[in-house]
Amino acid sequence: MSREKRVKHAKVRLGKLEKREARAGFLFVLPWIIGVILFMLYPLCQSFYYMWFNIRITPLGTKFIYVGTGNFTQIWLENPEFPQQIVTYLWQTIVEVPIIVVFALMIAMMLNGKIRCKGFFRLIFFLPVIIVSGPVMNMLVGEGAATIPAMNVQSIVAALDSFLPGSLASSIGEIFSNMIMILWYSGVQILIFLSALQKIDSALYEAAKIDGGSQWECFWKITLPTIKPMIMLNAVYSVIFLSSNEQNSLINMIESAMFSGTKEKGYGYASAMAWMYSVIVALIVLLFFLLLGSKKDIYDRQVKRHKREMKKEARTAKRIERRGTRNAKKIERARKKRSYRTYDGSGDY
Amino acid sequence: MTAAEIIKKTFTKEKLHRFVFGSKEKEGAGKQLVVYGLLICIGFVYLYPILYMFSYSFMNRDDLLDSSVKWIPSTLYLQNYIDAAKSMDFWSSLLKGIVIAGLPTLCNVVICMLVGYGFARFEFKGKKILMALLIFSYILPSQVTMIPTYVLYNDTGILGTIWAFVLPALFGNGLNAPIFILIFYQFFRQVPKVLIEAAQIDGAGYFRSFVRIAVPSAGPAILTVFLFSFVWYWNESYLTELYVQGLTTKSIWNNLVVQLKNFDMSFNTLASVGDTATSLNESVRMAATALSILPLLIMYFFLQKHFVESIDRTGITGE
Repeated sequence: MSREKRVKHAKVRLGKLEKREARAGFLFVLPWIIGVILFMLYPLCQSFYYMWFNIRITPLGTKFIYVGTGNFTQIWLENPEFPQQIVTYLWQTIVEVPIIVVFALMIAMMLNGKIRCKGFFRLIFFLPVIIVSGPVMNMLVGEGAATIPAMNVQSIVAALDSFLPGSLASSIGEIFSNMIMILWYSGVQILIFLSALQKIDSALYEAAKIDGGSQWECFWKITLPTIKPMIMLNAVYSVIFLSSNEQNSLINMIESAMFSGTKEKGYGYASAMAWMYSVIVALIVLLFFLLLGSKKDIYDRQVKRHKREMKKEARTAKRIERRGTRNAKKIERARKKRSYRTYDGSGDY
Repeated sequence: MTAAEIIKKTFTKEKLHRFVFGSKEKEGAGKQLVVYGLLICIGFVYLYPILYMFSYSFMNRDDLLDSSVKWIPSTLYLQNYIDAAKSMDFWSSLLKGIVIAGLPTLCNVVICMLVGYGFARFEFKGKKILMALLIFSYILPSQVTMIPTYVLYNDTGILGTIWAFVLPALFGNGLNAPIFILIFYQFFRQVPKVLIEAAQIDGAGYFRSFVRIAVPSAGPAILTVFLFSFVWYWNESYLTELYVQGLTTKSIWNNLVVQLKNFDMSFNTLASVGDTATSLNESVRMAATALSILPLLIMYFFLQKHFVESIDRTGITGE
């Protein structure tokens, strides 16, 4: 018994080489660990600390005045803009991300087919990634380059307004009026989908074709399940992109709050804003995570059920065996005592 | 047999159906038509803002007011570009922009490669936690750490210098660094472990085998990270303005995108002195926009193949 234990213990303990390898790996990652502590975890804690204070920069130095939840009540109750912007942002992101992802998937599917000038089309669809930046977008939107004149946005918004709640209708209207910009945001997503589509084994499609599957069925039963992880990746990427994009008025609000000279605003106020904002972003990411997360498919479920049944059977078999040995023992004892009687009274059965 | 019969025989309903919708082996002409039509339409929508921008940037004031001029300007009017370049301080901003995007990018490439290699090649305690931290640091909006970081830079005196971008990049926390680390991680996992072990048997240390074997094989990944990092740093106006320029201190560092952000103001001050030939209008603005994206456009047309194929080859999508 003790020998067995020692063997087990030796397995867990690392060898010399492994130890050295672990140390080397740690050294490789070390710069990043320092960076994360210095540029992420430390500021994160500090901004968490800041948000309970009113911070004023005076010539004598920065003054911290504890206000508790004062910053939050101020933001929610006295700043009419912030809650409104948050709601708009929430609706916009939730509506825009599926549009971006579905659109990217459509384009990727078309580019993946047998077409001529593939390189040329790829060139066009990837172009926005290069030039998309806050000021450029602001300029283009400001000069009306982002809307196609043929699309009548006003009537669409008016039609939506009649049967949808106000904030939702206005955000959908905004989406229509900025349609090109939304399409522009899907460059990287198209590339990710495209390379995922190319990696699907073509034998799968051939097998499906032999079995008489149409292209429509192939899409739903082969393409979509295979690239499901990529859909989630793209959705998360889109959310992050939209939330750190300069078109987003919330981050500009945080910045202006940070440098505003008024008494109640400043670093603490902006920190509280930033924290609430990131909680909202995290919630949106979580939402897409839950929606698109890896649910097991039918086959997996069947395997699981089968395993469960096997386990149950094994347990029953064990129980029967145990009962059998117990009964046998009982009989044995009874026979030893000779209190057991068989029909003929001989004692063996 | 009459002509009508021949036509009836050759153009049967099935043949027409097959021609339009295709069979199992061959795609039909109708379907192809739809695909090409959609691609061309969406491609046009994609290019529309850029075409609009270039077309407007060449218009003089008469063309802008003339409603008969829609797309093609009546004359090739370059004054917009000259004025916009003067207002944006084009050449100096361009050089500064290249430095601002280039230096952190180099650091990003080197450090992310090291870290990605460390994650891919070695097993050590707490690796899973660190990977989770990596993903968390990507999801976390930069706004939440922005304020203390600003204070930190201000206290250490690197605010308003290029170090405000280089230093985080040196410690693997540059712009979008988690993505790059993951790209390298995916890439190095595909490099056969045997190759590196063979080098180690021949006497190479860990770092040496990294430099001699892993780095030369990582060409595509390095190119991808370099290009994306450069483009993203170039286009980042928010953080450049905040950290490198210093929003309140206004140091000499700025790039074309930041100049574009403050274009209206700088143009007006220039115009009030009387240094410009045009007044602020949409064609000057469009010319400024065109100038600020022109360097990247030129780069893109030379390197487009690498851009477009990059994600394929680095295997970011995983196996």
